[in-house]
Amino acid sequence: MPAVRTAAGARGVASIPLTAERMPHVRRSADLQRLAPADVEALRAIVPQPGGLLSADDDADAVAPFNQDWMRKYRGQSRLVLRPRTTEQVSRILAYCNQRRLAVVPQGGNTGLVGGSVPVHDEIVLSTQALNQIRAFDEVSGILTCEAGCVLEALDTWLAAKGYMMPLDLGAKGSCQIGGNVATNAGGLRLLRYGSLHGTVLSMEVVLADGSVLELGKPLRKDNTGYDLKQLFIGSEGTLGVITSVSILTPPRPKAVNVAILGLDSYEHVVQLFRQARADLGEILSAFEFFDSECMSLVKTHIAGARAPFETAARFYVLVETSGSSKEHDDEKLAGFLERAMETGTVLDGTVAQDATQVAAFWSLRESIPEACAKDGGNFKYDVSMPVDKIYGVVEAMRAHLGGTGLFPPPADAGADAERIKRVVGFGHMGDGNLHLNITTTGWSPRTEGAIEPHVYELVQQAAGSVSAEHGLGLAKAPYLGYSKSADTIALMRRVKAVFDPNGILNPYKYFPDAQ
Amino acid sequence: MYARRGFVLAVSSEMSLRVLVPVKRVVDYAVKIRVVGGKVDTANVKHSMNPFDEIAVEEAVRLKEKKTAAEVIALTVGPAKSQETLRTALAMGADNAVHIEVPEGQEIQPLQVAKLLRAYVEKEKPGLVILGKQAIDDDAGQTGQLLAGLLNWPQATFASKIEFADAAKKILVTREIDGGLETVEAPLPAIVTADLRLNEPRYATLPNIMKAKKKPLTKITPADLGVDITPSIDVLSVSEPPKRVGGKKVESVDELVDKLKNEAGVI
Repeated sequence: MPAVRTAAGARGVASIPLTAERMPHVRRSADLQRLAPADVEALRAIVPQPGGLLSADDDADAVAPFNQDWMRKYRGQSRLVLRPRTTEQVSRILAYCNQRRLAVVPQGGNTGLVGGSVPVHDEIVLSTQALNQIRAFDEVSGILTCEAGCVLEALDTWLAAKGYMMPLDLGAKGSCQIGGNVATNAGGLRLLRYGSLHGTVLSMEVVLADGSVLELGKPLRKDNTGYDLKQLFIGSEGTLGVITSVSILTPPRPKAVNVAILGLDSYEHVVQLFRQARADLGEILSAFEFFDSECMSLVKTHIAGARAPFETAARFYVLVETSGSSKEHDDEKLAGFLERAMETGTVLDGTVAQDATQVAAFWSLRESIPEACAKDGGNFKYDVSMPVDKIYGVVEAMRAHLGGTGLFPPPADAGADAERIKRVVGFGHMGDGNLHLNITTTGWSPRTEGAIEPHVYELVQQAAGSVSAEHGLGLAKAPYLGYSKSADTIALMRRVKAVFDPNGILNPYKYFPDAQ
Repeated sequence: MYARRGFVLAVSSEMSLRVLVPVKRVVDYAVKIRVVGGKVDTANVKHSMNPFDEIAVEEAVRLKEKKTAAEVIALTVGPAKSQETLRTALAMGADNAVHIEVPEGQEIQPLQVAKLLRAYVEKEKPGLVILGKQAIDDDAGQTGQLLAGLLNWPQATFASKIEFADAAKKILVTREIDGGLETVEAPLPAIVTADLRLNEPRYATLPNIMKAKKKPLTKITPADLGVDITPSIDVLSVSEPPKRVGGKKVESVDELVDKLKNEAGVI
């Protein structure tokens, strides 16, 4: 798949090529109808409130942002955006579109990284932006019921006042919406401690393609009454129905948080440190992230105000976070863990945050790596998972492989605009076995892409891993599903899709390998 | 090398300059303050070293690294938990720490702190005291000045640069004032209060955090210093700023844009 074309400095919307032109093999389905004026009027009647309907005929500028993704890699050609305010409106919209065979792309915060949230052709965008009410909160159990369009950070801030927090956290928190998080089974920085959405989501309200509204599960911690259908929707990326509301179990907000950044000289030591952290820190461990020295170098180069946590040059950096209910207890455990790590020589140097500002600064070092990569040039991004001890081997294998192509490092006599691979960096949620492999380039070319893919997917397959750990399939990864799922499994998935969306109106062209 | 004149030990060598840095444990800068029951809510709220005190500690440690100072002493007045703040100072490079312990919940005000510091200074005779210019909880900005008055020492406040002159017998301090920068000169011993731009404090790194555990931490009480810490100012009330009234809530970004365009006429 082509690289993200990114560059420092602003670029207009027009400079993102249309997905339909860049990927002509993703043909518009003949079974799906085109939008007629009568359709627009019928839909306008369903969402009569101001801002309920945006038409490209009335205001192309208003519609444009819904057509392009956050990475500025994909641009669709939707002529209509709907922003229903209630589940009932969603139901009537889908019933109408299903009957008319009009394709629909459900869209939340539009922060996805695989092009799953934007149209490819002229699909109607169904935005959950206006479904933003918190419906209920049980202060005893911490069960929060809210609508799909609630922004993750806004929910966390609301819960903070009550002494609770959202069980997930990711870089896009200021824009992503909980419905989209659930539809993509978002992972993030705290999965290590609080588990995945498959565990924390207790129930959901969904609208199926034909408009039927279903309550899947109940806001109860335990309920073993029948097939747990909501699990199908978690990670279904808008292909089985539209999630309109979610009940999620929220943990108490920790009273004590500690963050340390540590420097190590080999990946074996990083793995050792992880085992030691599980043993010594136990239940208070809330994050274990790693990044290599290339990442630190990129952040220091491209991110204003970034400060190295310590002076010792380290090959690998680990960010450890603990969260608990007692500062004294946590401080003692952390101090013991760090002492042992230094004494055994596992850790070369490190820094412990002394106040909340330093905690934020340390997290910012880790969280700004994707931005630093984007500023370095074109990006090929891979989000893969595999057994923890194999992670860095994949990064090193890619470097070796690319070294053999003559593109990396670029030859000394390469001209200024020669295609070249600049850096191969690895970072990620090591505790979850999740590697983010980023390759920065001077631009995209078939030769660069051919050097990287499909080799990277073969490496992941050899490590018995997943080609998409948390970013999902969308448009970008759908063709590679076969590297991680058998043909029989994919066939069964298709049968499930047919049950929920027989007319194929929900987020077509995505998720399945031959949807294109 | 000292010259002894009567009962006074006059310092004539750079290397024997002892720097005292009082530090305060305050509600963390990043925390949103709430007033509960007429008091600032501090229960279960994150605390850390006053940011200006961090800058003071950093400056003192740099003086030691430049060999201008021989010893850095961190001192705090507060309940048991204040020790954490001393540990941070030690981890940044202070040599030893003093905890003047007061009961949990005891209110302690700048004048009483200044009196405690005076008693300590008269006993231990540091040549330089660097304080943060103000604490971010009370914003009083008085302790350094009160201490200078009590000791009859020169004071250079809101320092953004400290230099030494005359074989470290004088300091040249650049101060941030409303109109710009002012440079003052004072003989040691003196008081300096640190402003934001004096330096960027270092992080506490692991080897230093571990070394800090072995550094001496002495505990004393106000009674040991013969100081009465009864507050001299009565706080009559504490309240949050009034919530902003007026203004309209809009339902969506589109409505906001519409109002900015058509009502406020600003876009």
